[in-house]
Amino acid sequence: MPGPDKETDLTERVEAFLSDLKRGGSGAGPLRGSAETARETTALLRKITAQARWSSAGDLMEIIRKEGRRMTAAQPSETTVGNMIRRVLKIIREEYARSRGSSEEADQQESLHKLLTSGGLSEENFRQHFAPLKANVIEAINELLTELEGTTDNISMQALEHIHSNEVIMTIGRSRTVEAFLGDAARKRKFHVIVAECAPFCQGHEMATNLSKAGIETTVIADAAIFAVMSRVNKVIIGTQTVLANGGLRAVNGTHTLALAAKHHSTPLIVCAPMFKLSPQFPNEEDTFHKFVSPHEVLPFTEGEILSKVNVHCPVFDYVPPELITLFISNIGGHAPSYIYRLMSELYHPEDHEL
Amino acid sequence: MADSGVTDGFEKTGGIERAKSEGKELTKEEKQRLRKEKKQQKKNKEKKDDRASQESGREKQGVSSAASAPQPSAQSAAQKAPSAVPAPVPVPASEAPAPAPAPADKPAKSKAELKAERRARQEAERASKQGKKGDPGQPGAAGKPKAPASELQPVVKRLPEHIQVDNPDVLKKLAKKLERQQIPLRLDYGYKVSLFSHLHQYSRKAPLTQQLSIPSTVIHPAIVRLGLQYSQGIVAGSNARSVALLHAFRQVIRDYTTPPNEELSRDLVNRLKPYISFLNQCRPLSASMGNAIKYIKKEISNIPSQCKEEEAKSKLLHCIEWYIKEKIILAAKAIAESSIEKISDGDVILIYGCSSLVNHILCEAFEKSRKFRVIVVDSRPRLEGREALRRLVQRGISCTYVLISAVSYILPEVSKVFLGAHALLANGYVMSRVGTSQIALVAKAFNVPVLVCCETYKFCERVQTDSFVSNELDDPDDLIVTRKGRTQLENWQQEPSLGLLNLVYDVTPPDFVDLVITELGMIPCTSVPVVLRVKNVDQ
Repeated sequence: MPGPDKETDLTERVEAFLSDLKRGGSGAGPLRGSAETARETTALLRKITAQARWSSAGDLMEIIRKEGRRMTAAQPSETTVGNMIRRVLKIIREEYARSRGSSEEADQQESLHKLLTSGGLSEENFRQHFAPLKANVIEAINELLTELEGTTDNISMQALEHIHSNEVIMTIGRSRTVEAFLGDAARKRKFHVIVAECAPFCQGHEMATNLSKAGIETTVIADAAIFAVMSRVNKVIIGTQTVLANGGLRAVNGTHTLALAAKHHSTPLIVCAPMFKLSPQFPNEEDTFHKFVSPHEVLPFTEGEILSKVNVHCPVFDYVPPELITLFISNIGGHAPSYIYRLMSELYHPEDHEL
Repeated sequence: MADSGVTDGFEKTGGIERAKSEGKELTKEEKQRLRKEKKQQKKNKEKKDDRASQESGREKQGVSSAASAPQPSAQSAAQKAPSAVPAPVPVPASEAPAPAPAPADKPAKSKAELKAERRARQEAERASKQGKKGDPGQPGAAGKPKAPASELQPVVKRLPEHIQVDNPDVLKKLAKKLERQQIPLRLDYGYKVSLFSHLHQYSRKAPLTQQLSIPSTVIHPAIVRLGLQYSQGIVAGSNARSVALLHAFRQVIRDYTTPPNEELSRDLVNRLKPYISFLNQCRPLSASMGNAIKYIKKEISNIPSQCKEEEAKSKLLHCIEWYIKEKIILAAKAIAESSIEKISDGDVILIYGCSSLVNHILCEAFEKSRKFRVIVVDSRPRLEGREALRRLVQRGISCTYVLISAVSYILPEVSKVFLGAHALLANGYVMSRVGTSQIALVAKAFNVPVLVCCETYKFCERVQTDSFVSNELDDPDDLIVTRKGRTQLENWQQEPSLGLLNLVYDVTPPDFVDLVITELGMIPCTSVPVVLRVKNVDQ
């Protein structure tokens, strides 16, 4: 019978995805970029929409929320998973509202209006059954997927507006977005890039080799030399893991130092981040903000006896406050950090911030 | 060339006589000039006609001043190389206007006469310059009464060679000097980043000692060993290098015998010069080493001529021991005592890299039963922090270890930052291991006090505002690392647009530093020139 087979097939897919997430985060499995994760999550959510059994929008949202909680628990630091889930939930709400015929503006004023009149109306609204809802939702998710495909290109297209010739640009670690951004600019302009290697993972090395293969004049420096060379740098362009709700960043460790050095020299700090990295989290969750990997990367086991007497930390991420950032470049254009809260309200519904 | 070397030595170290006998000096140098002129004339008789036609051609084209200037300046630069040239940069500049009007005015005069005129003019200029200058490159002349201490010294100091690598004249001069001293020239390695084309970049795998014959007749074996230790990084750290240098010089002095008809005070300084060039080639001298060498040269030239050899040698050995004891060991003790007042119970202290002085302070504080814990910050590629970590853990101090990229994560826990210094510059900037300025920057952002500990013998009269103009480039291959079986930068030399930069030092602006602890007390960063002045007056 098609029903149960589809279901087992679906659960298998979900389980496979979860285990991938778990392995990928610990550094043991193949490292995947955020774009790939976002695409896979969205594809999986489309499959769930298509194959799971649900009768009303509320059911669907419940199912997705449940799966979503499992997925985010598998790898809390991979925020793109949660972001995609929230996007899909917002899509479902929108499609439902459209089917019902109410205008979208009413929904947006919902929060203040509801506050003043009556709360708790939203729950019941999603019980109605609409036949074309499934098809609409799947169509909307397909649009989302196309958007995801094009994010890197959209960001790279803006490169020439920001880079002039004979500039010295600094970056840290490895970001595929920044690589594409600089590669696109290099086709028309000549400039120099300094890459901080970002110990202990030294992803900057791979970035530098890729950039030099694209014909860009590249220099690799150690992390310790960031402030020393900053006086000659015209712009700092970085990627990030997550953009937080207050406009700050959760980026690879060493980025905060880079941002402080740029601020000291009044060098603009530009962050290339596609919209799917925007997350409704705030940075004050001390326990969940940082992620640590094995201290073996920092102090190897060959050091012998002192290992047992020493505390070693190897954090992966750094928090960069929004005051240090000059500009965000995303697939929908450039924004100041103070505008991020508005973008968030367009992408996610406030009730979905807590999955 | 050997005899000109000896006469040069006389000229250079006859500082005491120089003050009295400017007239005599002129004639000595003029004699040399004329001797060389005659040699040149013999060589140039064939080329004369060619050059005359070239120069007249150039005059017609109106580019005479520009074109003829480099030619004679290159010639005379080559000829001047063997003798003491205190100011290579202003001299070619002064030559350029000098020859330009001469050929334009009097084409009838012969080449030799023009050259003689030019040289006489230059001699007069140089003699007047040397009379005015304080002569920092030749501390042997400190026998002259130290008038400059009370008045402001005129600034023209010799630019050290090692920051003029992009100037081919300077490189030629250096090559000639090393050839004369029979020291091999070390070649630069690898692609240099364009911002640093004025600095040397050597490879650790090609030490200078490979090109020396064994046993070396020119260089004392203790110095050869020291040079190798420097270039391989076995002896590293400003204090360690200075102490090793002084010990090696002690050995040299012990093994030294004055040749007949020579004075110890002059000959020994000459003997030391090739050693210093050799050590400079192995690894550029640090500010502390420079000060130590100045001190030794001064002591040597202050030895009265009637002193017997044994007495002189024991006096010198005693001076060196005094210097080490007073400036390094006792200073460390005094600094430790002052710093312990700044460490309170429950402190979390952050240190960077391996500074012998800071380690000493922490161990002393621990002995005095202060309760604190230490966070050691380290950075690639040198990873010196591991050495500091080992030393502290052995004493029983509880430590945490992170890399410099995690400094923003760990700083909220820290109460004080202690940093060591390589040198303190006269404008208040702190020159230290690369990464120090970064730590000071982030500490400032988190409002954590930054204390720099530095002995006064590391204070330096140079001024610098950024980390580019005077720095040291280490072997770029050190940045290469193999992770998970893949070495990304293995073939960096084949990539045409890829460069690796391995800086050794950087300068920290004084607004990041809250306090400098020296053996003379706790001073703010901006009081360094005051201390320098006080020291100069004392000496």
